[in-house]
Amino acid sequence: MIRFENVTKVYDQQARPALDDVNLEIDRGEFAFLVGASGSGKSTFLRLVLKEDRASSGAVYVAGQNVAKISSWRVPRLRRGIGVVFQDFRLLPQKNVFANVAFAMQVIGKSRSVIRDTVPEVLKTVGLEGKENRLPHELSGGEQQRVAIARAVVNRPGILLADEPTGNLDPTTSMGIMGVLDKINQNGTTVVMATHDDDIVNEMRKRVVELKNGVVIRDEAKALYTSMIPIVGQSRRLKDASGREEIPPASPEGRGDGAGEDQR
Amino acid sequence: MRLAFILGEIGSGLRRNVSMVVSVILVTFVSLTFVGAAGMLQLQINQMKGFWYDKVQVAIFLCSDGSTATGCATGPVTPEQQDNLQSLLESPAVSQYINDFQFESKDEAYKHFKDQFSNSPIVDSVTPDQLPASFRINMKDPEKYQIISETFSSQPGVETVIDQRQLLERLFSAMNAASLVAVSVAGVMIVCAILLIATTIRLSAFSRRRETGIMRLVGASKTVIQLPFILEGVIAAVIGAALASGTLWAVAHFFLGEYLSKQYPDTAFISPGQTLILAPALLILGGSLAGISSLLTLRRYLRV
Repeated sequence: MIRFENVTKVYDQQARPALDDVNLEIDRGEFAFLVGASGSGKSTFLRLVLKEDRASSGAVYVAGQNVAKISSWRVPRLRRGIGVVFQDFRLLPQKNVFANVAFAMQVIGKSRSVIRDTVPEVLKTVGLEGKENRLPHELSGGEQQRVAIARAVVNRPGILLADEPTGNLDPTTSMGIMGVLDKINQNGTTVVMATHDDDIVNEMRKRVVELKNGVVIRDEAKALYTSMIPIVGQSRRLKDASGREEIPPASPEGRGDGAGEDQR
Repeated sequence: MRLAFILGEIGSGLRRNVSMVVSVILVTFVSLTFVGAAGMLQLQINQMKGFWYDKVQVAIFLCSDGSTATGCATGPVTPEQQDNLQSLLESPAVSQYINDFQFESKDEAYKHFKDQFSNSPIVDSVTPDQLPASFRINMKDPEKYQIISETFSSQPGVETVIDQRQLLERLFSAMNAASLVAVSVAGVMIVCAILLIATTIRLSAFSRRRETGIMRLVGASKTVIQLPFILEGVIAAVIGAALASGTLWAVAHFFLGEYLSKQYPDTAFISPGQTLILAPALLILGGSLAGISSLLTLRRYLRV
């Protein structure tokens, strides 16, 4: 569903690249965590998927399409296939829950009747039935994030990108949000979630892709937030949780793709 | 659905930004009023030129019933006198100075008079008999007017010889200068209007950056995102243009129609209806100025 081939992103020629020769494939229906310190390249990864930025070199494929080859007037179509959720929710404060979700459908020209049918359904999926008429400030943080998720998935995108969706929430609420994301993933949507939240990653036991300084240093299935094997320098050979040998991340060949395939 | 949505967005944008929108309306109103004033002056010049102005330079008016000039001692011009004058015009002594000439009968004079003064009450009190017949002469060199004047003034049957240019040229040059001033002021005001529209659209885009950000993310098309902003500017400017058109109409109706035409009944003024020819031009000018400046602003300040 999402494939990075030797993707490098340089914002500033003097500084190190934000992403450095990244190879990665995320399959349809997968749930993947993107972990790593601030500045490790998580957000750049998401921006490249959305074609908010273009890769300095390499190719990004989304749903089989090379995003660099999508003309600017067709970018909206690409984005209709991708839902996005943020740490700060980004709801429209003067619109109620229903209107916030409906907004995503209105702006792409969905008819009133379709909106009337779809929105309550999606609100039910995220656990907000009965709160259609609340304004965002009348909701808790967790509920606001559910609205944001509802808005992201109301147009049935194939991919859901979540950029630290639990960053502003307490642990219990966060687990509730994860439940919602998991449900959406069960329905067939590919979910990629960038996070710092180790508890959640450890709880979920999904695929974990760890970035450091723009390089993928770990790609494990059913993994924890930190690797079981201590990492001493990037050139050291890594072992994944199951003890199988991993390719050293600093060498470009075969990383990501091969290792990822094995684990799936 | 999408249309309703875009209209809703425009409405909310206009409401949120009332003071800026009002200032855009006023600035376009004032600038387009100046543009329109220049247009009106030109229309007025055309009106005053009448039927003959651009075709001939010198008019020889022939005696009619009430003429008191010395050449008219014998009463209205006789056919013989008229033939004499015509053969004089055709004689080599005179014809070397003129390109051609035309005879305007009393009926033709009446017709042209009616056209020129159609907006004036004076037209009802004039009959063909009161208007003199005339020879209208197109000079090779308008400066040689004196020759024609000396030759014909004393001829029997000639009431007077007039150089039309001399009468109106100075007035017209004053009016042309006035319209030039109006156009210059309008130019400055239009620059103001463009900058103000750009600022307004920028503010509007900034205050709605949340909405537009979400619209981009969920894949709204460029048109849906940008159109409300552009139309906001265009609507404000078109309102300004409509006000300007209304003002010009009011000036033509109340100042020219009710006041000046009574003060100067022998001058042909434009009618209020004629100013409405300017209205579509002003509306299009205002709308397209706003549209273009909004579009350029959005390109810089609204990522899509």
